Amino acid sequence: MPESEAPAVDGVVVEINGHEVVARKGELLIDAAERAGTYIPRFCYHERMKPVGMCRMCLVEVDTGRGPALQPSCMIECTPGMKVETESEITKKAQDGVLEFLLLNHPLDCPVCDKGGECPLQDQTMAFGPGESRMVEEKRHKEKPIPISDLVLLDRERCILCDRCTRFAKDVAGDPLIHFIHRGNNTEINTFPDEPFASYFSGNTVQICPVGALTASTYRFKARPWDLDTTESTCQGCSVGCRISIDSSRDQVQRYSGVDIDPVNWGWLCDKGRFSSEAVAAEGRLSEPLLRTAAGLTPARWSDALAAAAKALSAASSSAIAFIGGARLTNEDAYAWAKLAKGVLGTDNVDAQLADGLPAEAALGLPRTTIDELCAPGGTVLLLGPDPKEELPVLFLRLRHAVENDRVTLLEISPRSTGITSLAKASLQPRPGETGDLLRALTASVDADRDIAGVPADRVNAVRALLAAANGPIKVVLGRASLSESVAVTLDAATVLLEARPDTVFLPALRRANIHGALDMGLAPGMLPGRVTLESARDWFAECWPTVPAQRGLDTVGILEAAAAGRIDVLVLLGADPLADVPDADLASRGLAGARTVISVDTLLNSSSAQADIVLAAAGFAEKAGTTTNLEGRVSSLSQRVTPPGTARPDWVLATELASRLGTDLGFTSHVDVLAEIGSIAPAHLGLTAELVASSPSGVLVPGELPAPIVDEEEAAIGDEVSAAADAVDVEVADGASEVETDGGEQAEPIDPELLAELDQAEGAAAQPALVAFSAAPAVVSPPVDSYSFRLVATRKLYDQGTIVQSGNHLAGLAPGTSVRVSPYDFDRLGVEAGGTVSVRSPRTMMMMPIHADAGVARGTAAVVVNQSDHQVSNLVNITDLVTELRIETTK
Amino acid sequence: MARLTAENTELALEIIARYPRPKSALIPLLHLAQEQDGHVTDAAMSQIAELVGVSAAEVLGTASFYEMFKFEPVGRYMVNICTNISCQLMGGEELLEHAESTLGIRPGQTTEDGLFTLEDVECIAACTEAPCLQVNYRYFHKISNPQFDQLVADLRSGARNDIPPHGTLAKVRQRIPADRRAGVVTPEDTAHPVWLASSQEAQS
Repeated sequence: MPESEAPAVDGVVVEINGHEVVARKGELLIDAAERAGTYIPRFCYHERMKPVGMCRMCLVEVDTGRGPALQPSCMIECTPGMKVETESEITKKAQDGVLEFLLLNHPLDCPVCDKGGECPLQDQTMAFGPGESRMVEEKRHKEKPIPISDLVLLDRERCILCDRCTRFAKDVAGDPLIHFIHRGNNTEINTFPDEPFASYFSGNTVQICPVGALTASTYRFKARPWDLDTTESTCQGCSVGCRISIDSSRDQVQRYSGVDIDPVNWGWLCDKGRFSSEAVAAEGRLSEPLLRTAAGLTPARWSDALAAAAKALSAASSSAIAFIGGARLTNEDAYAWAKLAKGVLGTDNVDAQLADGLPAEAALGLPRTTIDELCAPGGTVLLLGPDPKEELPVLFLRLRHAVENDRVTLLEISPRSTGITSLAKASLQPRPGETGDLLRALTASVDADRDIAGVPADRVNAVRALLAAANGPIKVVLGRASLSESVAVTLDAATVLLEARPDTVFLPALRRANIHGALDMGLAPGMLPGRVTLESARDWFAECWPTVPAQRGLDTVGILEAAAAGRIDVLVLLGADPLADVPDADLASRGLAGARTVISVDTLLNSSSAQADIVLAAAGFAEKAGTTTNLEGRVSSLSQRVTPPGTARPDWVLATELASRLGTDLGFTSHVDVLAEIGSIAPAHLGLTAELVASSPSGVLVPGELPAPIVDEEEAAIGDEVSAAADAVDVEVADGASEVETDGGEQAEPIDPELLAELDQAEGAAAQPALVAFSAAPAVVSPPVDSYSFRLVATRKLYDQGTIVQSGNHLAGLAPGTSVRVSPYDFDRLGVEAGGTVSVRSPRTMMMMPIHADAGVARGTAAVVVNQSDHQVSNLVNITDLVTELRIETTK
Repeated sequence: MARLTAENTELALEIIARYPRPKSALIPLLHLAQEQDGHVTDAAMSQIAELVGVSAAEVLGTASFYEMFKFEPVGRYMVNICTNISCQLMGGEELLEHAESTLGIRPGQTTEDGLFTLEDVECIAACTEAPCLQVNYRYFHKISNPQFDQLVADLRSGARNDIPPHGTLAKVRQRIPADRRAGVVTPEDTAHPVWLASSQEAQS
């Protein structure tokens, strides 16, 4: 694995081109040489995958005491006294020979190849190759290119058989759908006939292909590398926060590529994230505000739209104003909206989540872990949440690597099987609503003597033994395994675990892009920016905000219920689409209809914003700069690469404009101002600066990697010296989680003296509030089992009807649709044909759906996928019920 | 496209049970599929992938390495004529040319009646008997042109019925008595395989 620090222990001294180099024990020669500044050309070797020695390009002369011999440096570990020549005549001859061989059948169609200009084969042929070929024979011809999936095209003529894509598919993604076939004279990469490379991670093969054999259908013939402008940013496809580079040309986003950062994505991306580049310039992007007139939503001037919004807001009392949404925003946007809503308008009816996540007190207040800690060798991970492969795909890759390579024991408790079930040491499927009971049995001091939550006693006891035998803390990926199950069930389960094992740590698995940042910035009822509760931080914020809400407000369900009852005058949707995303569609539509004025701040019209009275056009991803926060609490930068369409503006600008029309100056003239205010008043974020974020490509873990907070005046006075001292000492951090004031070995930034002064002022009056802590949730009483009914399990798929997927030409068609899936046992009992139509009846409504048998669904439960185009299954759910019971009947 | 028949699926499961890992049964199962249909069908490969727990692409990747697995329909009789050095010196190429005119097809093609597929092959390890050929991998040594014509005529007329259809392999269907089984032990396990234990017993 690439790491920059010099080896301190277990060093092995080798001689490379006459210079002594200290390599780590077991380090591959190719890595040691690169670290010492000697680049050895390679095609098949990739630092995140096991070496195979396929391409022979990295042959160098190695002498281990038996005389020099050509050896592939990607397969050789450094041993003491090894003498290596990477530039000798013999090495050069070998490189010439290998390149001439690799080019024998390579078509050299570089002028029409997407890879041309950034092609390792092209570059290394120029740098190390023979210059000309002795080959006069006709080269092989193959059909070019052939689609191996909807997203990836394969040109077999260009392929040099390096095994990178196939190794990735098998070893990293676990989807061995491409393979060498016709091995021998005619070896080629291909899929099985009619079985496409439908992996969620297929785009990575395009990025790691060292030639132009694999190209992305989204980027084909779009741009040339030398035309591209590149900026690093953070993917906003989900809350994992993969580091990406955005390539644009002619002010248009062309593609995203993965950037390798150690704590998060290791260079990988999921296809949804990678190919969401098409969503930036999607058709229907709003380029100007809209106002509802007799003719429907019509384009308006900004001054009119903002005046209309301000008028509606100023006319409403604070308790009749509500904000829903915020996961699309940057941290700065979220803070600006929070300040407007809570600090200016004085309403606490603010919720960034759409009744599909965890309360902020749990997401922010539970003892938290990082991805690196979660995947640390030898640990025990408990999945108590959604399918990571569908919702947080790169977290799935990290977990998969941890289980396959680092002896991590994965246990899964989920009402239906997931993409990670095959990796789990044990997988239990409790009946929806009864997970708490199952965990009580799993953490009990004695074995269970009966079935628990529908799980046989022997399986419960087997997992109980595994949990009891776990070394170190249990690390839990916590989220909503089923959207039709009350969040109380998840909270009960977390409470039980935490009581039984107080050292348990959690990774909150909320799906939406910057949902954790939105919660951090106080876009949740009862919360204020910086992970503090309204109660504890009222005085602290009262000093710098015009006002602070008097009492705790409503969450999304409460807001929608209040709106349906006519008690909400102004409902502001911050990039939210409650109609599509609230698991209870009926409630959402009643709420939207009941709110007197709906203001939508969005990048394009979705089903909810199409019903709004005022639509403010917002700048989207890659069109504005700022910061984002991932599920670990890691703050990393978002960059602007292109200009927003028309006059669309960043959200923080809109919030500031609205505030000024309401008579308050939020005090922001740029997003940097907003971050400066966050860093100076949000308690968890004290010390966070734009410079610190900019200088930390892997992000800054908040609050763990922030400069040590200065909490009392004495220390504040000597703060400059302290930070100067911290500057001088290069502290090495063993893992990202330690609370040392550095970022992965990098130097701490000195604290801004101005900021300290501000802090100082704040200190003078109110004590810094403590960060929110999780308080135990009440136990859930399991609902009685109705043997005629099926309990509904509603889950999400990676590809759905959401904005990101539907805005891209290539992703939109991949949403799979849904059907009701039941256990094969139940399926036989129902007496229907696979694919036959059944009537599905919940207390809410009845709908006709196709039915399939699915061995991953437990008996007595029925699984559906939400937010697909064919059936709006969220109509079935009543969000206030603990679980949703379905009757499934055959139709004649 | 044909999947394995119910009977063959049962046999496939029995074959899988002979190995420590299901994946190890891949090649015998491919033989079974080829025996059933004369060639390995896509449907059979998909089914084998499910049976042994790998992807269909991996099954194809393995199967396509082996020349003797055919993925397109071939004749009932696969005629392989050796043209490697010994046979070439003894008239193998002339024999191939003669076979082409007798059967009316080029190497790689199948006669219209679906009886014969002709192939030229590299050494089939019968150099002392050159020129040689195989029909469905059964040897015919020191073949002259008239002998070849006679062979074809006999196969056509049914006078020779000792050559089973293409793909038939005796070993796939062998029954292994329980006490002769190798025993299902993964290489990581420390337990001795049954056969090793019994041979050690015999030695002591």
